[in-house]
Amino acid sequence: MIKFLLKGLIRDKSRSRLPIIIVSIGVMLTVFMHAYINGFMGDTIELNARFTHGHLKVMTKAYADNMNQIPNDLALLEVDELVADLNKEYPEIKWTPRIQFGGLVDAPDENGETKAQGPAMGLGIDFLSGHSGEADRLDIENALVRGNLIQHPGEALLSELFSEKLGVNPGDEVTLIGSTMNGSMTMYNFKVAGTVTFGAEALDRGAIIVDLEDARNALDMQNAAGELIGFLPEGLYNDDEAFQIAETFNNKYQDDADEYAPVMRTLSQQGSMGQYVALSKGWTVYISAIFIFAMALVLWNAGLLGGLRRYGEFGVRLAMGEEKSHVYRTLIFESVFIGIAGTVVGTIFGLFFAWLLQTYGIDISGMMQGGALMMPSTIRARITPVDYYVGLIPGLISTVLGTMLAGIGIYKRKTAQLFKELEA
Amino acid sequence: MKSIITACLIFMTTQIFAQPNANEILDRVDKNMSSENRVFESSMTIHGKRNSRTITSKTYSVGDKKSYTEYLSPAREQGTKMLKLEDQLWIYSPSTDRTIQISGHMLRQSVMGSDLSYEDMMDDRKLQDVYDAKVTGEEEIDGQKTWILELTAKVEDVAYASRKVWIDVERYIPLKEELFAKSGQLLKRSTLSDVQKIEGRWFPSIVVYKDMLKQGDGTEFEITSIKFNQKIPEYIFTKAALKQ
Repeated sequence: MIKFLLKGLIRDKSRSRLPIIIVSIGVMLTVFMHAYINGFMGDTIELNARFTHGHLKVMTKAYADNMNQIPNDLALLEVDELVADLNKEYPEIKWTPRIQFGGLVDAPDENGETKAQGPAMGLGIDFLSGHSGEADRLDIENALVRGNLIQHPGEALLSELFSEKLGVNPGDEVTLIGSTMNGSMTMYNFKVAGTVTFGAEALDRGAIIVDLEDARNALDMQNAAGELIGFLPEGLYNDDEAFQIAETFNNKYQDDADEYAPVMRTLSQQGSMGQYVALSKGWTVYISAIFIFAMALVLWNAGLLGGLRRYGEFGVRLAMGEEKSHVYRTLIFESVFIGIAGTVVGTIFGLFFAWLLQTYGIDISGMMQGGALMMPSTIRARITPVDYYVGLIPGLISTVLGTMLAGIGIYKRKTAQLFKELEA
Repeated sequence: MKSIITACLIFMTTQIFAQPNANEILDRVDKNMSSENRVFESSMTIHGKRNSRTITSKTYSVGDKKSYTEYLSPAREQGTKMLKLEDQLWIYSPSTDRTIQISGHMLRQSVMGSDLSYEDMMDDRKLQDVYDAKVTGEEEIDGQKTWILELTAKVEDVAYASRKVWIDVERYIPLKEELFAKSGQLLKRSTLSDVQKIEGRWFPSIVVYKDMLKQGDGTEFEITSIKFNQKIPEYIFTKAALKQ
């Protein structure tokens, strides 16, 4: 039976070519879009996680309430003890303290007078302890444009654009002017070790990256940190897993009225990232649903056209005594084969185009001038195992659905009318 | 004769107890509070949200044009110096050996984390030169009768559009002050106390400042010693002196 149906499909091109082309195009778009969304949204989520949000973040309750203002006066104290506790309780998660800060970076001339000055977004990360993995996590080595990574206390990395604006080069000294956690003005000298470009407009505008201990000294935050960042063991954000960990942690401090008690937030519970994570979660479903609906409409039409063309064939088959339901079922079987064939072809093409986008990417840095959201400046797809079978959903469902809708006409055939047609 | 004496007594009494106008009051206040120059040591206790810190300093100032402050303690702030000349302010940080000019929006930053801004420190002009004043009422503060003066800015370059000042009717010293933004929002409140007679003038030695937009219990500024009209060497008010 299957062999018979397949032969029919192969020999009668008009019965298979158009539906397979339609299904292939739909599947190709579904696979490509899925990989593209995965890549773009996933990259954006991970970029934000690595640089600012972490997969999980521990702060004081007061800091969390005002986290957009980076209120270091509300920072966590006795951080070493807290990190030790977290490592004991969640050994699979990598915890690292960080200090975000704002301030001015002042570049002096040969007389020590201000040559140039600019507002900076600062990040104090653990470079020099040797076991935090922060430099790798931020991929700083690849981001390096000139000079070296931070190798000694008192060194800093400036974003390339910022260093050009200030007119400083690796080896030059700059002064950070900021506020200590007590609100005092602070000045702290750094030697520019190197310059970096991350490809994220928000970072590249005016970033200064320093070692955590230097940030602590500069901001009078001994054994303190604005945030403790946690990264899940797989290295990729998993909202459900992160949510469970945060919930168990927060339950312990639920009754603690101290506004400086620690609180844990998942990436999706920080700022606008929640909407973004929710969007990325539902995106596959949205895309598949849209394509299933659109393709079902197209294939329904194709089925109707095919049905008209095969009007006589159905008539003869019914006249020979074949059950209407059997004719209908064979049509659906045919559509399954068409669906599978279209899915395979579409998946191959979809994966090919996704691979092209994954390998070469599209540079959108020109479109992101002045953007505040941290987004990758090169759009890349990300092929995941799901992409190998995601096309089956619209490929099969739409084809079968289209055929089912179009095939309803079989049940409307009248036997009396059939013989009139056959006589003609 | 009796009626003449009575009339004279009534006239004298009204003259004694007549309320001077706002400008006269401010003039008397300025005489108390302003001087040709002064040298004072002070301690500033900042009652933050999480802790309190005390910073001591020594200040030399000439009129409202020149001022030089050196911070003496704690260790982190020791050696930090500030120089104000006219409307310019420089800060020297010994740890960086850098002198930075503070200007623009940075003047609104807090001094050492206190409830005072650099702008507050900079603006030593006489109240009469900057504000139009009117007496709007009377009130008692800690048993001391005061006039309430409402001051409205008459110049553009002023940090606070209006002020409300409670002036001690006997000693012509402000005992309380409220500073308002153009919108009418209360920005800062200060209370002055421990008024002492120093070199023939009344002078409050403790001022508690509270930035109403900031958390914490305010900043207590205490003048531990003050001398007026001293001989201050001119080199102190130079940028070169900052690095010495």
